[in-house]
This record gives sequence, structure tokens and C-alpha cells, in this order.
Amino acid sequence: MSKDIYVIAEQRDGVLAKVGKELIGEATKLAADLGEKVVAVVLGSEIKDEAAKLYAYGADEVVVIDNPVLKSYTTEPYAKALTELIAKCEPNIVLFGATSIGRDLAPRVAGRVHTGLTADCTGLAIDEETKLLLMTRPAFGGNIMATIVCKEYRPQMATVRPGVMKALEKDASKTGEVKVLDVALSAADMNVEILDEVKETKKSVDITEAKVLVSGGRGIGSAKGFDMLRECAAELGGEVASSRSCVDAGWIESDRQVGQTGKTVRPELYIACGISGAIQHVAGMENSEFVVSINKNDTAAIFSVSDLGVVGDVNVIIPKLTEALKKYNAEKNN
Amino acid sequence: MVGFELTKTQQLCRELFHNFAENEIRPIARDMDEKEEYPRELLDKLQKAHMFGIPYPQELGGAGADVLTYTLAMEELSKVDASTGITLSVHTSLCCPCIYENGTDEQKERFLRPLISGEKIGAFSLTEPNAGTDASGVQTTADKDGDYYILNGSKMFTTNAGIADTFVVFALTDKSKGPKGMSAFIVDRTMEGVSVGTNIPRMGIRAASNCEVAFTNVKVPADRLLGKEGGGYKIAMTALGGGRIGIGAQAVGIAQGAINEAIKYVKERKQFGKNISKFQNTQFKLAEMQTKVDAARLMVWRAAVEKDKHGNYAPLAAMCKLFASETANEVTRGCVQLFGGYGYSREYPVERAMRDAKITEIYEGTSEAMKMIISGTMKL
Amino acid sequence: MKIVVCIKQVPDTTEVKLDPKTNTLIRDGVPSIINPDDKAGIEAALTLKEQLGGTVTVVCMGPPQADVALREALAMGCDDAILMSDRAFGGSDTYATAHVIAAGLKTLDYDLIITGRQAIDGDTAQVGPQIAEQLGIPQVSYAAEIKTAEDGAVVVKRQFEDRYQLLKVKTPCLVTALSELAQPRYMTVSGIVNAYNKEVKVLTFEDVKNNLNPDFIGLKGSPTNVKQSFTKQVKGAGTVINVSADEAVKTIMDKLIEKHII
Repeated sequence: MSKDIYVIAEQRDGVLAKVGKELIGEATKLAADLGEKVVAVVLGSEIKDEAAKLYAYGADEVVVIDNPVLKSYTTEPYAKALTELIAKCEPNIVLFGATSIGRDLAPRVAGRVHTGLTADCTGLAIDEETKLLLMTRPAFGGNIMATIVCKEYRPQMATVRPGVMKALEKDASKTGEVKVLDVALSAADMNVEILDEVKETKKSVDITEAKVLVSGGRGIGSAKGFDMLRECAAELGGEVASSRSCVDAGWIESDRQVGQTGKTVRPELYIACGISGAIQHVAGMENSEFVVSINKNDTAAIFSVSDLGVVGDVNVIIPKLTEALKKYNAEKNN
Repeated sequence: MVGFELTKTQQLCRELFHNFAENEIRPIARDMDEKEEYPRELLDKLQKAHMFGIPYPQELGGAGADVLTYTLAMEELSKVDASTGITLSVHTSLCCPCIYENGTDEQKERFLRPLISGEKIGAFSLTEPNAGTDASGVQTTADKDGDYYILNGSKMFTTNAGIADTFVVFALTDKSKGPKGMSAFIVDRTMEGVSVGTNIPRMGIRAASNCEVAFTNVKVPADRLLGKEGGGYKIAMTALGGGRIGIGAQAVGIAQGAINEAIKYVKERKQFGKNISKFQNTQFKLAEMQTKVDAARLMVWRAAVEKDKHGNYAPLAAMCKLFASETANEVTRGCVQLFGGYGYSREYPVERAMRDAKITEIYEGTSEAMKMIISGTMKL
Repeated sequence: MKIVVCIKQVPDTTEVKLDPKTNTLIRDGVPSIINPDDKAGIEAALTLKEQLGGTVTVVCMGPPQADVALREALAMGCDDAILMSDRAFGGSDTYATAHVIAAGLKTLDYDLIITGRQAIDGDTAQVGPQIAEQLGIPQVSYAAEIKTAEDGAVVVKRQFEDRYQLLKVKTPCLVTALSELAQPRYMTVSGIVNAYNKEVKVLTFEDVKNNLNPDFIGLKGSPTNVKQSFTKQVKGAGTVINVSADEAVKTIMDKLIEKHII
């Protein structure tokens, strides 16, 4: 009988990735609805101590598969290990982060075990009647959302988009023993040879690829005003963009221009600062997921395409927002 | 009666031309116009996609498609940039046909093959300072001297001259015979005595190369005479007769491109509380313009199909050029008007379309010359 | 080298718009294209062929309309094209799709199979790895570069979020391509003319039934199915607030947290 929710918590270089904690947080909610347990699984080499931390994030049990062959990720040893785990433990649900590892590993395992897999979920829930896992995910380039179910095959598997679910607050009082699952693995299980592994620093971003844009218009007042926007963008992990008038005024480079004669962008967050909202600009950003705009003029056209419109002075609000973000980020990282 | 649908091959070709124009040309078209320069990289990309020999057989290194497919290329490219249209057109349907229809096998192998592959670019030198619509006013001479013809004279408004390797030049081998004394020659840009001027500053199609070319005692080997002595006028007129189909397609492209831009704009622009696309004036103007462009396109297609059938295409070609060019001028003016003030700005593409449209009523035979040809078939 | 490229014909989802009145997708007039990741795969295959010699065969599972995607691949320079098409294949989820395609691939000789990483309509990135599993061959996904080694093995630059690996894999193997892998070449006009003079081989259920299990394909054979689909909200005016700067900042922060943007 399939039971319990297994979260495959990724690690890189011996450090647990954030997404695993997010999935455990979500899994605790699902487990409560099902009356089942959350089991965190970590694969790696000499990983027991790191894995133990997951009790503090809400795991009921932590299982580790520890082998030198699992030190760096390659598909086959990981797939073999998980397949054995699934055969031995018979989970009801298995969750992975939808990372470049998860999206390589999960389909291979689902194929081997012959079960259903749903990709890149942004929402998980338990159906009241059927107790099935409801997996909601974007499709069609993000234009529609679909809810998927896996009725007959087990385990029900999903990869989940990082940054969407919430990790629980760390509770250092929660501890436990890490179980080691014995899986026979050796170098013979590698069907690829790692010639090299190279870490990369972040490359410069094209505004059409940025997830967050902090954009300035006439209301910014001067080139210096963009320094203020850059600080804010940095706290949000985003980029600075601009309306045409600032480019014409020489306050910012033209490749930052959003609009009819500039670039078209679709970020997750677009903050329009001191931008009036003329159609020439709006045409370039109206498909942004979430638009916040700040403008002194309460009749500014930008407010009619904003999810949150703030009437106020950009030069006062943005620095305060940056402060608040700095505080928030510092707390999150502790 | 034939259907009006394109074959699957033609449809896929049109998709290629459309994607190429959008991805490779649209981002740089305005810059090309402002700099009055045709980028070498773009010529290379056109060549790689085999766009310089569309209607020519694969045995000669061409694409093995038909004239109709060539007009699809002309339209799609000209929607985005009319300069690319004319560059391709002069090469494909003025220069190459002279050699294709009149050259010996040896001449085709030597001169036509590299043109069809796009390795070399072609130009067509007929017009002179004193010879426009009255082509019989040509004064460039070609005097026979042993195994050579010595070329002397100057040509005006030669499109592609600045980027071309191969010129088909029309000169008098016998001054006493008027047009019947004209002959056609294949001349290399690198021959001594050939001097290509700078780009002539023009109202439109500014990125296309268009220059004076002077010939001073150019020694042209006799094996580069196309056809017979005295056959040049007919060669030129025949080439122009077919070239008009390309110009008709170019005009259709210019007009349709302008309409497409206008449709996008009027759906975004708000005045008096609503999108101007909702005003009947806007809707009616666009309906009128689209109807005329649709008609022009069908006329171009019919002329192309007739040429592919080796039928009597010349009057059809003249009609399609006459109608399409006048339509392009009317439509581009109308589109600039729909844009209002922004239409006058060089940052929006419609003013360029309007400037580009004018030449289609003039070159490769003026509208007046077209009327002469058409009325000539009407037994008046 | 014998290379097989698996492609999918998809609607150009960047062109899809929402009808604000009915809140449904407007699919009319949306052009069908070769999935971008797959097209990069074709380019990578053609480049390898130019370097090493060999053949490139392109395979597509889809309805009869997918023929034009295969013609496009031929016009780019591929040697052969195969369309796997049958009502029995319809409604397949990624497991079932992989099962069908694997059945078709079993009729071919190959050294390297290239698929795109993910399709822009399904967005799952699952079919490539699942095909590799069903064929029992090694997989490398997220390929940013594909080269070959002297001994005929394939060397792949495998991209992660924060690093890359250089992996050496023996053939036969499967690689999933990122669109950054290669800038796809244009078709040529002669390529298009010749593509329509070639035959696109069609494989139906009958042609591959001995290579698959009929219970594992189609809607019935799919472990997952769609319970419900819905469109997201259309952008319109939201809330406008006119409060002190500190309150405004608090409201913004709350919204950003609520929307999981931070």
C-alpha cells in the first residue's frame, strides 16, 4: 500500500538547496490532509550531517543514500538509487525540485518505475474526495494553467517550481536520526564520464530575460535617479529598465528602453517609477505578470494597467522600499 | 480556370521569406536607410538561403522554384525593406535573364552560375543621362577592335552598381541604326576603365546602391557579347518586360507592410476615449486600402503564372506594375495619415514606406510607359 | 555518424493571446512552428553531419498537419523524415508519448538521438529522458554544446543553473538540446523545392505495434491526465492607494511576499 510523501531534497557541493526545504514545507500541509508522513531523501556523498538539518524544516523522517558515486550529479546512479528506494519504501507521492537536476532525474525514474510525472508544478493540493494529489502547473508558454492527476499508477510524482512553495520557519528544537538506505552502487553504474565541472558566475542580463524590472520614467528627475533604482533592483535580483524619455535625456542606455520603439518585456514583476503610462511605453510591458507603479499624479494612465498603483513621490518611496527589502533579505538568509 | 491557392512548396517558401525578413532585416532596416548603405553581411545571408537564384533551375545552381515564388520573396522582403526588394529584383529579373535567355552555354556557365548562386551580384546598365523612357537615346558606344569591343560612355541610376560584380551593359555597336544598332555586353566591375560613382542621394530605397557608371575605353572581349550585334534593344526590353513583375510585387509588399503597421498602431492609439481603430473613418480607409492591395497582388500573381507558362505575360506585367505602384503610393500616404504626427517621425516605419513607394511608379518603365504598352495591345 | 532528431510541431505560444471577453485562448491564426529547442537540435545534428559525415533523420509524432514541420526540417538539410501518426497515439501523456516514439526509433539505426529539452506548449521537458529510459541508453540533458571525441564518443557541455559539466558519453546515447545550443540555419529555397519531392515516411500503429505495449499508449495508457484547465486573469486596473510613504512601502512588501516574488 503506497504511503507517505517523499521529498527528494537536492544538494550541491554538499549543501542542501533551498528548494528542498520549500517542498518539505508544502509537503507537511499535504501530509496533514492525508494523515501521512513527510520523508526527506538526500542523495550524495558524506551527506548525513547536512541531511539531518531537514528535521528542523519539518521532515518527519530523513533518509540518506550515501555513496561516492553520488557526489556529483549524473543521471544513472541517482536514477538507480531512487528506483530502489521507491521499490523498497513504496511512497504515495514523490516530489522533486524542478531544477536542471530534478527535471533530468524525475522523468528517468518515472519512466523506469512506470508511473505518472507532472512537471514544473506551481500548486499542490489533496482532493477532498479522492485523496488524489492535485498538481497544478502552467502550460502553453504560461498562458493557461492545468490541474493534473495520476489516478492509478504509484507513486504520484511531480517536479515543483523553485521559489513558489514556502519553507517552514526553522525550528532548531526538532531533531532526529538520519536513516541510511543501503543501495548497491559503484563506478560501474556511471554511464557517463565527468571530464570537468566548472562553476559559473552570473552573466549580464538582457532586460527581456530579467524576472524583475525596476523601470524609471521622467519622474525620476535625473541620471542619478537611476542609481536609486539600481539599488532597489539589486535587492530584488532584477534589472533596471526605462521609458523612452530617459533614454532621450541621456540618463540611461538605450538598450534599457521598454516600449513600442524599444523592447517588449514580460517579467514576473515590473515596478514603474515616475512613468506616466503613455501607450508607447505600455505596449512594451503590459504583459508583465505583476505591475506596481508609483506616480505623483493620481490620474496617470499607468494606473489603469497596474495591479498595485501607488500615488506618491518615487524619490521617497523607492529608497524606503529598498531599505525594507534589505531588511527582509537579511532576515531570510539567517 | 486555375485556383488561387499557393502550392505547399510556395507556402513554405513564403514562410522562409517572411521569417528571414522579420529576423534579419527588420532590426536594421531603418539604420540601413539612414546610412544609405547595403550591408555585406545581409547579402551573405541572402546568398546562404539561396535567394539570389529563386526562379532558375537547380542544374545551373538555382533554387529550381518559379516566378511566382520569386514574387513571394519580393513581397515579403519589401514589406520590411524595399531596398532589399530592389537589390534582389535587379539581380534576379533584370541582369540574370539577359544571360539566361540569350547566353551561350559557355557564357551561362561562366557568368550566370556565379550570379545565380549569389556569389556575384548583378546589375543592369541601360539608362543614361539622355536616355530614360526614350531608351533609343542611348549614346554609349562599343567599337569593334579585333577580338574586343571598346566601350565608351556613361550610365545613370544603375541599381546595385556599388555592390555588383557583373554588369549587363547596353551600348551602340552601330550608331547609324538607332535602337537596332544596340548590343548587350557582360562587363566585370574590375575591368580597366570601369568607374563606379558614389551612391546617388535619393528620396527612397536609400540603402540600395544606385550610381553613375562611367566606361572609358573599356576593352571587353568579344566572347562577352550577348546574342548578336544589334540584338541589344530587344534583350533589354524583354528583360524589363519581366522585371516589372518583380516591381509589382515590391510595390505590393511596400503597401501591405504599411497597412500591417497601421493596423497595429490604430489598435493601440487612443483618442477621444477609445482606440482609433473603432472610428469608422479608420475602418473604411483600411478596408479601401486592403482591397486595392489584394487586387494588385492577384494581378502580380497572374502575370507570374503567365510567365511561368511562357505565355504572353508582358501586357499583364505592365498592368500589374502600373496598378501596384499607384496603389503603393496611395496606400502608404494613407497609412502615414492614420499614424498622424507619429507617422511623420522617422522612428516609425511608415514614412520610409511612403518615400520608398514613389520610385515604383518610375523605374523599370514609368507609369506613362506602362500605359503606352497597355494601350498598344488594345488596337486603338 | 547516424543521428536521429526528434521534433514536435507546436503552436507559437508567444503569439497566443487571451480573449478578454471569454477568458479563453485564441488559437486561430496562431502559426505552427517547429519547437525552438528541437530546431536547435536539428542545427546541431546538421553541423555534426557536416563535420563527420553521416545522415540526419528527423522523426515527429503528431497529426497529419505535422508534415509541414518535417518538410521544414528536410529543407534545412536533413536527409530523411518520419511521421508517426495514428489515432491510437492521440491523448498520450509524456510516458505514453515516449513509449510510442521509442517504438518508432527501434526501427532505426542510430548513434546519437537529439531531442529538444522542452516543448513550448507542454513545457514538461520529460519526453526526451523518458525516451532514453525506454531505449535503455544514457541521457544527457540541458546540452549547451555537443562535440565528438576521437574514439567516436559524444562530449556534451551539460548546463546547470550555477555551473556546467563536460560529460563524455559512449554511443548510442540521447542528448536533449537547449535552444542556446545552436542558432538554427534558415531553410533554403532549393531545400524547400526538394523537400516536397521527397517522401515523408509515415509510421502507424500497425508499423510499430511489435515494438510497444498497446496498453501503454494513447489516452488510456497515460498514467497522468488533465483534470481541469483554466486561464489566468487578464491584466486590468488593480488597486490604487494614496497613503503615506511608509504605509505604501508596507503594502508593496506584503504584496510581493504574497505573490512569492520575494
